[in-house]
Parts: sequence; C-alpha cells; structure tokens
Amino acid sequence: MATRYFGQPIKRNEDPRLLTGQATFTDDVHLPEMLHVAFYRSPYAHARIRAVHTEAARAMPGVVAVYTADDLGAYWQPGPLLVPPPPVKEIIFNPRMQVPLARDKVRFVGEPVAVVVAENRYLAEDAAEQIHLDVEVLPAVVDLEQALTPAAALVHDDLDQNLNAHVIQRKGDYTRARQQADIIIQRKLRYDRGTAAALENRGIVAHWEARNQQMTIWDTTQAPIPIRNGLAGMLGLSEKQVRVIAPFIGGGFGPKIMMFYQEEVLLPWISMRLNRPVKWIEDRQENFYATTQERGQVHWAEMALTRDGKILGVKDVFLHDAGAYAPYGLTVALNSQCTLLGQYDVAHYYSEFTSVFTTKPIVTPYRGAGRQHGVFVMERLLDIAAKELDIDRVEMRRRNLIPPDKFPYSNEIIYQDFAPLTYDSGNYLPALARAVEMIDYERFLREEQPRLRAAGKHVGLGIVTYVEGTGIGPYEGAKVTVEASGRVSVATGIGTQGQGHFTSFAQIVADQLGVTPEQVRLVTGDTAEFYWGAGTFASRGAVVAGNAIHAAALAVRRKILKKASDELEVDEEDLELVDGAVRVKGSPQTAIKLGDLAVRANPMRGAVKPGTEPGLEATDYFGPERGATASGVHAMIVEVDPETMMIEILRYVVVHDCGAVINPMILEGQIHGGVAQGIGNAFYEQLVFDEHGQLLNASFMDYLLPTADTVPRIETDHVETRSPLNPLGIKGAGEAGAIPVGPLFAQAIEDALHDANLEILEIPLSPSRLYELVAEAK
Amino acid sequence: MTELYPVQLTVNGMAYARTIEPRLLLSDFLRHELGLTGTHVGCEHGSCGACTVLMDGQAVRSCILFAVQADGHEITTVEGLAANSARLHPLQEAFRAAHGLQCGYCTPGFLMTLIPFLEENPTPSEAEIRDALSGNICRCTGYQNIVDAVLKVEIGD
Repeated sequence: MATRYFGQPIKRNEDPRLLTGQATFTDDVHLPEMLHVAFYRSPYAHARIRAVHTEAARAMPGVVAVYTADDLGAYWQPGPLLVPPPPVKEIIFNPRMQVPLARDKVRFVGEPVAVVVAENRYLAEDAAEQIHLDVEVLPAVVDLEQALTPAAALVHDDLDQNLNAHVIQRKGDYTRARQQADIIIQRKLRYDRGTAAALENRGIVAHWEARNQQMTIWDTTQAPIPIRNGLAGMLGLSEKQVRVIAPFIGGGFGPKIMMFYQEEVLLPWISMRLNRPVKWIEDRQENFYATTQERGQVHWAEMALTRDGKILGVKDVFLHDAGAYAPYGLTVALNSQCTLLGQYDVAHYYSEFTSVFTTKPIVTPYRGAGRQHGVFVMERLLDIAAKELDIDRVEMRRRNLIPPDKFPYSNEIIYQDFAPLTYDSGNYLPALARAVEMIDYERFLREEQPRLRAAGKHVGLGIVTYVEGTGIGPYEGAKVTVEASGRVSVATGIGTQGQGHFTSFAQIVADQLGVTPEQVRLVTGDTAEFYWGAGTFASRGAVVAGNAIHAAALAVRRKILKKASDELEVDEEDLELVDGAVRVKGSPQTAIKLGDLAVRANPMRGAVKPGTEPGLEATDYFGPERGATASGVHAMIVEVDPETMMIEILRYVVVHDCGAVINPMILEGQIHGGVAQGIGNAFYEQLVFDEHGQLLNASFMDYLLPTADTVPRIETDHVETRSPLNPLGIKGAGEAGAIPVGPLFAQAIEDALHDANLEILEIPLSPSRLYELVAEAK
Repeated sequence: MTELYPVQLTVNGMAYARTIEPRLLLSDFLRHELGLTGTHVGCEHGSCGACTVLMDGQAVRSCILFAVQADGHEITTVEGLAANSARLHPLQEAFRAAHGLQCGYCTPGFLMTLIPFLEENPTPSEAEIRDALSGNICRCTGYQNIVDAVLKVEIGD
C-alpha cells in the first residue's frame, strides 16, 4: 500500500514562494504602458446629485481621462443579482443592485461617483481631489429600527419603503408549543457591523489587447469563473476572449466573492476604451467603505421550555441591515435563520425576517455569514433559561442536543443553497463532553472559581455550541494530468486565499496516483486553466473542489491501470501505484514510471485503437445534493478587570467536527484564524456610524483588530463524524472558528462579573461598552 | 511639476541610484521602481506592519517613510533573506514548519520585524514574542503558529 497523505500534517507546497516574496499578488502585476486609477467617492451617505464637476481634474498633470456615470452610456447598468430569492412561500423580495458610478443619487459614503485615469496613482489621486460634487443632501438612514418608519427617507425612490425582503419560515407550530410551555424566555438582542479587513485590499488590473482581441484581468476575487462569465457579457466579448486570473490573494473571508464591484466592472471597460492596461488598488480607507461589510441585525426572540429545560419551540423575528444595495440576495439573513437552531432538537420554530435598506455600505457574507447571529440568539436564550430554571448550562444543552440516531435531521426549512435544511450527520454529545473535560468544567466551577473569587478576581467560564452549514453546491470541477516528467498537474476553477489548497488538494491526488504531494502542481483561480466552476465561499472549497479533484484523480488512476495493464500484460488487479510508478504487486522490478506511461499514452506515430483518449488525463466534477453540516463546541475562561473592563483570556478550547480531515495542520490554522476573527468581532471590532451615516473609525488606528498579545493560545481537539454526502467524507471548516465567539464572550463575562447582575444581549462588546452595561445593571 | 531628487541606496546588497519625487513612499519605491514586490502594503498608515523592511538593520515601516529618507542607507527586504526559494532562511523554514502563514500577505512584515528582534533576543519567551509582534496584524493565523515558529527557530551563524 502506498503512503497515505490524506490526513497527514504535510508542510505546504505554496510556502516557499510566499516566504521569499516571490508569490504574485494583484498589485505585483506590472505591465508596460499601464495607467493607474483613483476613484472619487461620495462624502455623503445620502444625497441627490445635481452635478459632478470634473473640469479641474481633467486639467491636472498626467491625467488621461476622467469618467462619470454619463460617460458610460449603455455600459451603465446595475450589477447582476448574484443570488436569487429562495423558494419560500409569500416572500417579498425587492432586489436593488449597485451601479458602476452613482448617477442621480449617492446612497452610502464611499460610493464611487467618478473615476480618474492617470500616468501614476499619485497623479490620479491629486486629480480626484479636484473633483467637486454638487448635491442636495438627504437624510441618512442609519438606525435599522427606524428604517421602515414612515419618517425614514427612501434609499431607493422607486420603493414605497426601505424594504429589501420579508421572509417567514416555519417548522411545526410554535403557537402550540408556546401554549404547552412552563416558561417563556423573551429578549431583544443586537449584533452590529464589522468588516473582514483582509490584509490585502482589493485590486484589479485589466489589460485589453486590441491586436488579438483578448482581455486579461487580474482580480482579487474568490470566484474568477463567475466574474469571467459576467464581465464577458457586459463587455460584449466571448467568454473565450476574457481571462480572469485570481493570483495569490491576501485573505478573502467573503467580501472578495463574485461581487461585480463597481471597480471590477469599470476597469476592463476603461482598458478597452483607452487601449492600455489599467490598475486600481484599493487603499485601506477605501476598504472600510467600498468593500462590503457584514452584520447589523436586531432580534426579538423567544424560547418556550418545559420546567425541566426541554426546548419546546423558538420564535425569532429580526431585522437585517442590507446596506444601500443588496446584490447578494438574502444569504446572510437566511444563514442567521437557518443556523439559529444549532445542535438542538427543536420541534417548533417560527422565524421571520425583514431585510431593510440603509444608507450604509453594502452587506454581503463575511466569515460566518450571518450564522453567528443565529447562534448568538439561541445560546443566549439557553443561558438565560438555564439561569431561570436553575439548571447547569452544560446540562441545559445536553438535554436538548439532537441525538445521534436522529440523523439525517430535518429542520423543515429552506437553506441558503435552496435545499431543505437537513443536517447530513452529527454526533454532538462526545464533542461537548470532550470540551467539558478539556476546560475542566466541574473542577473550575467547584474549586478554581470560588478560590479566585475569594482572592478578589473576576474570572468566568463560557461554553457554547454551534453548527456550520458547509460545502454547498452547485458543483466544482477539476482536470488532473500526468505529465511526461512524471509530475502531476491539477487545475480547478475556485480561487484560493490562503486555505492551503496547493497542499491539501495535492494530498488527495497523491494518494490516488502514488506520487508525493510535492510532485503535484495545482493551478487555481485562472480561467484559462479551467473553464467551469463557482468559487470559494461558504466553506465549500475542500468539500466540493476537493471531491471533484478526487473524482478526476480516480479517473486518471483508472486510465493508468488500464494502460499499464496493456503495456505490461498484467491484470489491473495485480498492479499498484507506488513511488511515481505503476508496478506489479510482489514484483516491484516490473514497473513503468508514470511519466513514461504518459508518453506512451500520447504516441507520435502509429495507430491507436478506436475510442482511445490521449494522455493520462481526466476531467471530472462533483456536486453534492446539499451542504454538509459541521459542528463544534467552544469553551473559554476569561478574567475581567472590573475597573478598566479589559479582559484576559486565560484558556480557549475548541472541539470541532468537520468529518474526515485532509490536513490537520491546515485545519487547525483555519480554526485559530477563525477564533481570532471571532474574538475581534466579540470584543474589539465595531464599525461606528454617526447619525449622518459617516463611518467614524475607518482606519486601523481606530478599528481595533486582534493582535498577538490579545489572541490567546487555542487548544483544539477533533471528533470525526464523516459526511455521507461526499466520497471523502469531509465537511467544511473555514468559518467554524468565528461563529460562536460572541455568545461565548457574553456567557463568560457574565460569569466573571457574576455580582454585577449583568445580561449581555449585544455584540460587539468593548471595555467601554461593558463598563456602560455594568453601570446600567446597577 | 515636482522637483526630482537623486537618491543612492543599497537594497539587499545591491547599489541603486534613482531620481525620484520627494513624496514617493519607500514602499512604492521598492515595489514599483525596483520591482521588489515581496514587501506588501496593508494599510498605508503604519498600523499593520506588512510593509516592514530593515533600514540599517532596524525594522521600519516603508509605507510611512519617503524613499528620499532612505538616501545613503542600507535596506533589506524579504527578498534579501533567503538565497533562493529552495534554501530558506531558518526563520522562513520555521514559519513553514509551524504553519505560521496562510495567505502569506502579512508574512514578509512579520519576518522582517522578527529578524532584528531575534538578533537582540535569540531565545525569547512566548510573552516577549507576542509583545514584539503586537504591532503586526495577521488576519489569517490567529498568531499562535507564528509564535510557535519563533519559539522553535534556531538561527545559526
């Protein structure tokens, strides 16, 4: 049997290039005659445009062109609706998409109004500063709860209110559950906005070559193939004339999805118009406004329970802030709705959400993509119920977990992939038990905490559970080729932003073909290398592309065995693939190297049998019937300084189940990073808008990201419940770390400040907000 | 048009002479004039540390220095650490072994911050490492594996 690489912590193939500064990121692309672009963006959240004065900018040195909406002609079109509404009865859905440059109105601070093209970026920015926008300022729509009131200004004048969507989904009959309840817990909970803040800002280089009628676009996108297809249509080109390359990307986390951002749509148009390559690289301040954001929900939730803590039903009504436009449909709100019930066996659920337009940046998925909101609501209600009923919080959860024999478990509502929300598999109790053991729950509560409290310390414990819907369809594909050198090349359509695809996918192929992962060269994110696919989002890369690669590698393996069987005149069953060769079992000297076999499979003379395909190559696809549900438990011990409300995380434990693990080293990295983002979201990061819709903290000096001295060491363990929905048995893991951190903080801080009578119903927190909450509770 | 200034400096042991605008940032000079794109820019306001390079052996943020300020100085960028991608610097090797990078965008800044730190303190404690790295932002790793890489690294002569 060949070495099995699947499941091994293999060092990454991509690292040497990244570590030595030799990996190409979008801003590293430099082309002769390249021009540079800067945007003039709206300084107002909401205003009617009277005129855009660009004369002074056009006269600036080095300026080649200045464009406004009026210059775009028929190219000025709202962007595509990226995700259609789900097939839910009586849905209201008013899609409104962003436009390339604002024409009649501006709807958020940072919305592009004009674009300057100049010989270099410095000159382009100089000129952009000379643009003057003449407007009638309109009232901003900032507060979610005010957005639907009659007094609110209309973000989109053609709608009679700021209503993006209204969706009701039901499981069972909550009204009946409520009547049977011994206790009803009701609370209002808030979750405010944050930003992904990938360390690489967005960027685009567009190069139209008139001579060969070819458009090449380097784009910091997670989904190059949809971008290729969409831009080809907009530009009136064949898809074959457009090549989109998503090179190395400095973090994605959602907002770099197939957005058809204004800049993404404009740069190729400018390049065609000027017949020169053009580059735009977003700066950090622009990233705070112009890149999509997430969160911003208010929930009115209630839970009906029996006296002994059994959940009978849950009702949740919430408002979701879509921002000024809603190109990504209802994905974020649907995720909140569909993740709320979590690991719990709840027979009756009523969930109603209203998505509203505001004059704030556009909201699309960011790591977790609305799942954290649902988990926050559910876990908080459970904590409050546990207190009311005087039941231990872990016991409270234990009593309500879906038992292992109930899988597949149907929640009877529609998920973001429009398939019924059915958990494919799960085994929740062992992970909870393991987390309890690792954090030493009983001993902490019995011995440690009383001792610390006696010593005047405010130390608390939190423990929460979550599920993560991952690996949704529709499909991905891959082409696997054995080259004459014996090396293997793999092409797939998704983009990669640091997830280690060059290694984990190589491990999958290496196992099938009997080579080492270093001998497998992966190409992702280049539409010239692979034509079909959707992209990297929703924790689907490993599940969907991974299984497509597995299928293609299996097909190549079959071709290798057949060809070698012919060549060696040995039955296929007697052959094995080891050390880069096919050899006869028990007779290793009778062997053909894979490279030699590849050459023989591609003869240059003579005849081949009818139906013979050349080479050792195969293309295959994988599409799951629905997503695979991963799950986990986070636990932590935190110390709060009651005077400054600064916190120190003393321990942080994650027990995670994402089915079969391809590379545990990479998986742990994903969890660490997710937790760090969750910690930022829970306690440090918040986008603060004033009543005029101005973002007050659009820099890294004011928007606090977690740093090495605030993120603790994270202890991890794994439970493995394989997904039956794909041959590799894997589930996604990209978002898991970030999802349950908000409620974990809330519970642990309440526990630490047990004498403050605190009930934390909002995220993000901060030392000053915590100080206010404690003062209010007094 | 702005007046141009001559600068002469050494980057990764190579001497360069250029005539540049005084407002040209050192990061842009390295990346776009010299083609040394391994130095990355994450915030343009000195907060994230991605653009860190060495100036006369000291870690500096190239996005808040003008290139003219480097006149007469010796700059080292991430491209100057390893002889080639097959033979990594021990710190780069440690990052790889500990999975101390994911997207890799912040990594050059972390490496260049650590080089002078480890020269001064070759066997730091975890707390010292975390403190030394607290001015560099990584959005992918949660820092743990970076810290582990530094704890495990052995830099010989």
